[in-house]
Amino acid sequence: MLGLNSRDFKLFAIVVVMTLAAPILLNPFPVDSALGQSFNAGYPALMQRFVIFGLLAIGFNILFGLTGYLSFGHAAFLGVGSYAAVWMFKLLSYNIIPAMILSVVVAGLFSVVIGYVCLRRSGIYFSILTLAFAQMSYALAYSVLSPITNGETGLQVYSDDPQVLMSQGDPIVPHLFGLEMNSSVTWKLGGWEFIFQNGYYLAAVFMIAGFYLSIRIFRSPFGLMLRAIKSNQTRMSYTGMNTKPYMLAAFVISGCYAGLAGGLLSAMDPLTGAERMFWTASGEIVVMAILGGVGTLIGPVLGAGLIKYLENIVSKINDTILHNWFAFMPDWLDNLLVAIIHPFIGKGWHLSLGVLFMAVVIFLPGGLVQGGQKLGGLFRRRAKPAETETDSVVEANSKTPAE
Amino acid sequence: MGILEVKGVNKRFGGLQALGDVNLSVVENTVHAIIGPNGAGKSTLLNCLVGKLIPDSGSVLFDGQSVLGRKPHEINQMGISRVFQTPEIFADLTVMENVMIPCFARRDGAFRMHAIESVRHEGEIIAQAEAILADVNMVNKRDMVASSLSRGDKRRLEMAMCLVQEPRLLLLDEPTAGMARADTNNTIDLLKEIKQKRNITMCIIEHDMHVVFSLAERITVLAQGRPLVEETPENIKGHPKVREAYLGEAQV
Repeated sequence: MLGLNSRDFKLFAIVVVMTLAAPILLNPFPVDSALGQSFNAGYPALMQRFVIFGLLAIGFNILFGLTGYLSFGHAAFLGVGSYAAVWMFKLLSYNIIPAMILSVVVAGLFSVVIGYVCLRRSGIYFSILTLAFAQMSYALAYSVLSPITNGETGLQVYSDDPQVLMSQGDPIVPHLFGLEMNSSVTWKLGGWEFIFQNGYYLAAVFMIAGFYLSIRIFRSPFGLMLRAIKSNQTRMSYTGMNTKPYMLAAFVISGCYAGLAGGLLSAMDPLTGAERMFWTASGEIVVMAILGGVGTLIGPVLGAGLIKYLENIVSKINDTILHNWFAFMPDWLDNLLVAIIHPFIGKGWHLSLGVLFMAVVIFLPGGLVQGGQKLGGLFRRRAKPAETETDSVVEANSKTPAE
Repeated sequence: MGILEVKGVNKRFGGLQALGDVNLSVVENTVHAIIGPNGAGKSTLLNCLVGKLIPDSGSVLFDGQSVLGRKPHEINQMGISRVFQTPEIFADLTVMENVMIPCFARRDGAFRMHAIESVRHEGEIIAQAEAILADVNMVNKRDMVASSLSRGDKRRLEMAMCLVQEPRLLLLDEPTAGMARADTNNTIDLLKEIKQKRNITMCIIEHDMHVVFSLAERITVLAQGRPLVEETPENIKGHPKVREAYLGEAQV
């Protein structure tokens, strides 16, 4: 269906349902409960980040997952897209359509230039070149290009900006033909509260579309060529294929995804600064892809979700909350546990992420997706022990690059 | 006039004259072998033919057109395919995908964006790929990952990938290097079969005299970067110059 085989369609359908139902699924606990205050993730600001960074990771995976070229400067395209979108808000109006278009186009052009230069090298040299470009962009945005980027203050919309397409009565926040991004409907159900926000759903639609496109690319002849380049460039050129344009196309597509993600970030909050291009932001994208499972369809989305979840949820936990959880224990044990966990929470959430990342890389080199497959395999083995042997052999041999 | 004409090719690496004034003419529809002791310049010559190296001087004409200065993929698109000493295949992909890629290369040329279409719906390509797999007896392995194939099967696969492009000239760089006798004989049979069925011009670089004398119709002997003789297999066997090259000069 939709030009997908049944397995891919199933995956796609699951993603669509999960994304659309996220405001409900991510709020499993009543609002006022202790668990709800700590672990509920179904608030718009966080859900937006799930889908926008999911989109970014999907695009990054088209480059890194298919061709194996590790770009360490993808945040530059995200930043460029953000700036482009805010400029559209400043010059035309708060309607997000022109902003999205320009952010994709500008990030695309930018990635043509950077890709053309960086793709002259492969492996570690390619990564370093992209890193250098991204850091140059960051430095430029902070200093020389201040007239365009508004330097340290960050680019935002002022009341004396031209906004030539703006007419009387138009919303003064980003909107889609009048549909304001930051307005939402709240649905109260007993102790539960579910928030459905326009902005989240807009970003979700873009993410779903981006995910669909990435499945099509993975299963297309173009995707096959990219995997072939990853596998053996020598054979590729001795088979009469020019690898350069294939690589550049993959680079630009993935740059456009990043640009769109940047544009969406601006649409959610029309303020952007150079820190979006900083190298740690690029590194985070790489971590997302690896954590979820490089080269798998769904992995990067999971990775992005997990990182954004940890960033927002784990960093919110503090010692007082921990003491509350451990209140039933004897005081000495309570204090001991809190002392042990203390470095991993609050501002120390990066430590949790680091431990998790190391564990995944060491025990599950295929990322969370591989973890899921292993679990699935374990259950199936229990269910029907006789068939599993042949089953797993077939699976190991059938190449499908992705689940 | 041969399909491949090499004239006066020189190549130096620093102080080493790797190729000195090499002339070679490969006649269409023959199997031409290039032999010579280690360091004779056989691989250098081959690399000059496929665009990996550019000779310092001389000319290489394929079907009347110069190949010098062209990139490997352009030379392949002209009709020259190459089999490597260690099979160069797409190890992470399935056997079927391995043979589909050259089918795409033949149909679409060096670059074409088909990013939305599904590979599953490329009926013609799939049919071509299946046909060539049948030719090399690998249909039952079509869904195996290429890296899990045996060495002999990797060689067959690489051969299939070259053949499906219907090249006009097939270059083989020591196709049986490091193979067991049985595998070597299989490869010889495979090459003979290809020759019979498809009538492809082949140029083989080989150490193994058994392979050379089973296949070649013309033989060029290289020694120290220079062509010594070009002869039929019968005349090569007892040729004094060839003995000299392989066994060293006789002390008088």
